[in-house]
Amino acid sequence: MVKTALFKIWRGDAKTGGFRDYAAECTEGMVVLDAVHQIQATQARDLACRWNCKAGKCGSCSAEVNGMPKLMCMTRLSELPLEKPVTIEPIKAFPLIKDLVTDVSWNFHVKKRIKPFKPRPPDAPDGTWRMQQEDIDRVQEFRKCIECFLCQDVCHVLRDHQMHDKFIGPRFLIHVAALEMHPLDTEDRIEELRNAQGIGYCNITKCCTKVCPESIQITDNGIIPLKERVVDECYDPLGWFWRWLKKREA
Amino acid sequence: MPDYESFEHDVLVIGAGGAGLRAAIEASAAGVRVGLVCKSLLGKAHTVMAEGGIAAALANVDERDNWKVHFADTMRGGQYVNQWRMAELHAKEAPDRVRELEAWGAVFDRTKDGRILQRHFGGHKYPRLAHVGDRTGLEMIRTLQDHGVHQGIDVYMEHTILSLLKDGDRVVGAFGYERERGRFKIFRAEAVVLATGGIGRAYKITSNSWEYTGDGHALAYEAGAELIDMEFIQFHPTGMVWPPSVMGILVTEGVRGEGGILTNADGKRFMFEAIPENYRHHTADNEEEGWRYCQGHKDARRPPELLTRDHVSRCIVREIKEGRGSPHGGVFLDISWIKQKIPNAAEHIKRKLPSMYHQFKQLADINITEQPMEVGPTTHYIMGGVRVDPDTQMSRLPGLFAAGECAAGINGANRLGGNSLSDLLVFGKRAGEFAAKFARENQPGRIDNGKIDAIAREALAPFERSGGENPYSIQKDLQETMQDLVGIVRTETEMREALEKIGNLKARAEKTGIVGNREYNPGWHTSLDLKNLLLVSEAITLAALERKESRGAQFREDYPNKEERFSKVNTIVSRAADGSMQIRLEPLPEMPDYLKQVVEENQ
Repeated sequence: MVKTALFKIWRGDAKTGGFRDYAAECTEGMVVLDAVHQIQATQARDLACRWNCKAGKCGSCSAEVNGMPKLMCMTRLSELPLEKPVTIEPIKAFPLIKDLVTDVSWNFHVKKRIKPFKPRPPDAPDGTWRMQQEDIDRVQEFRKCIECFLCQDVCHVLRDHQMHDKFIGPRFLIHVAALEMHPLDTEDRIEELRNAQGIGYCNITKCCTKVCPESIQITDNGIIPLKERVVDECYDPLGWFWRWLKKREA
Repeated sequence: MPDYESFEHDVLVIGAGGAGLRAAIEASAAGVRVGLVCKSLLGKAHTVMAEGGIAAALANVDERDNWKVHFADTMRGGQYVNQWRMAELHAKEAPDRVRELEAWGAVFDRTKDGRILQRHFGGHKYPRLAHVGDRTGLEMIRTLQDHGVHQGIDVYMEHTILSLLKDGDRVVGAFGYERERGRFKIFRAEAVVLATGGIGRAYKITSNSWEYTGDGHALAYEAGAELIDMEFIQFHPTGMVWPPSVMGILVTEGVRGEGGILTNADGKRFMFEAIPENYRHHTADNEEEGWRYCQGHKDARRPPELLTRDHVSRCIVREIKEGRGSPHGGVFLDISWIKQKIPNAAEHIKRKLPSMYHQFKQLADINITEQPMEVGPTTHYIMGGVRVDPDTQMSRLPGLFAAGECAAGINGANRLGGNSLSDLLVFGKRAGEFAAKFARENQPGRIDNGKIDAIAREALAPFERSGGENPYSIQKDLQETMQDLVGIVRTETEMREALEKIGNLKARAEKTGIVGNREYNPGWHTSLDLKNLLLVSEAITLAALERKESRGAQFREDYPNKEERFSKVNTIVSRAADGSMQIRLEPLPEMPDYLKQVVEENQ
């Protein structure tokens, strides 16, 4: 099954650019990233794209394929209508560097500001802990995240409203959830979640969950429980009164 | 001299996979200023692809395990040409390194009593691999990354180092470029740690990404350090073979650890044939015993699918060559058969091997809970690398350290699965510790500006040749050469031919042409990486020619047996004064009596 398909790939930098047409030969089982590599090797040596593992494990090759946020390495050409040109463009929530490569450094700065893991003292004399598998299943789900930032790409708060200074986005809400729900963790991140991290801006449209290549239930399992914790701690009048009382006693 | 941006650190770590991150964390904890250079974004290095687990004799699942058994397993797997001291340190320190990850937030799968769960893997006598499903590498790199970013380490993402900088014999920094704008940068440091990983891109079928072009090997060699064991390249037995675009992508050994079996076109479990003599009494002689082993029965012996990777790969090649392969030129790996043995097998497989399920479903339309996979060997790992001191990880050049895949010694002629992640942690930590110590004891060196200018000019030359050779074509030709002529089965004639071809490719690589500008230009980056790829390819071929025997991962059709005269030597590759590549044999250090006894007791 060798046939030729047309690709419209976004070329350019932060200042100027547009779609350029390329033809690529498609063989059985090919993914979008293969087509990009073929075009790079034969027609556009300087075509910029990120990739590493080519198996959906590193989260480097995020792009928008026919308008949908995807990992290029896990999107097979056979899933796409090849009678029409396939459009490939960079993700939109972050500034463009060149072609399919965007400046995602904001994400790394955000993570640095989240309070790190702080474990309780070890459970056993040999310095180790005991945890039951059922108590870590949820955290393991969140820790599947490959940091492809597709969830950040489709989040309206970041993509449309550009509120990068007020909201950390679904990726980092899940990161906070993984820390907060870690059975050994003793840190409290609720105040930051509510203020600096802006959890209130999320209005649970679940776009992030829909595009997650790891099928993490970002909204239902991560963000909503975090919102509940914020509400319990900051808006529940009984809880508030109780803590006030405890503080006075102390 | 143009005005290059310059950065100063006490310790510069090049490479940000498991070894680089662990080295940076350790150096930083020792109180020195650390710079960490990564070729990709942070957290994307090849460690993320590791699946099965971290080998450490925690003895959580089988209390008979201890460092001595792990040491003996590692030496046997490496066919006794390992550096014994590294294997000893590795076996002794791996458990602490794993527990440390847990203290930093890693969430390993658990035993029923709440401890870190361990699974079976090839060549390990007891269940030894701490794991998280089949995404252990992701857990490890994320844990190190998240811990490291709070330590005040300066991270330089998407930077590539072109050359180490020396003051006399001492390594005092590095010179490279950043991908985004293509600008050159100088990194000054009292000590440099190489942690650049492997050389997989020298081969056509590989599980490695674009980054693995032997950078650390080449940087060290060019600076005057020695490379050892370069002939030993691990071809992982199970890479995907179909469809063509995914050829080489790794299928974890964990599939076999969970009970997966290898069969040929006749439906036969061919691994029961030709069990090596030194493994015979560790290996099951019937299918039922093999299954019971995977189920954790302590009286059962391992199924032959869990023999060492070098052996399994050769058996697969034999089946394919003799016409008993699968339709797309591999063999079958079947985990779905366990439904005959356990209830809810499909759910069990999805829970134990989630990313394998996902990978085959999405890329090959195969449901591994119902159908067998097609697999074949893929270039996975190089046992050879920079020769280092086993305790400090310092190379023969003062101030230059190496750890992880780009360093050599612990694995000998064949690495056991799971020993890489533990190697990264154990020796990453040691490299960071001793690099920090070296940095504190030494003053910054002087940097030769003339040399830097020359490197920069050479790096920019492809832009002057817009009609020049296509770097991608040269890379492809090299990959085919190495795959065909210096692959799993080797002969003198073919390897001589490979050397000649590498010579021609070198000449072509000096004439590459680039279009576009310096900003994020992959054509340019590929062109610059070629030099390292060609250098390591030559080193691999020379070393493989020199070792006129078959041992571990090296199989010579013209010398099919193990030879006594090669049983206690390493091949050493170094640069002669005239710039040519020299190869020599050097005796291994003698193993002390207490370790000989350990080997003896754990036969």
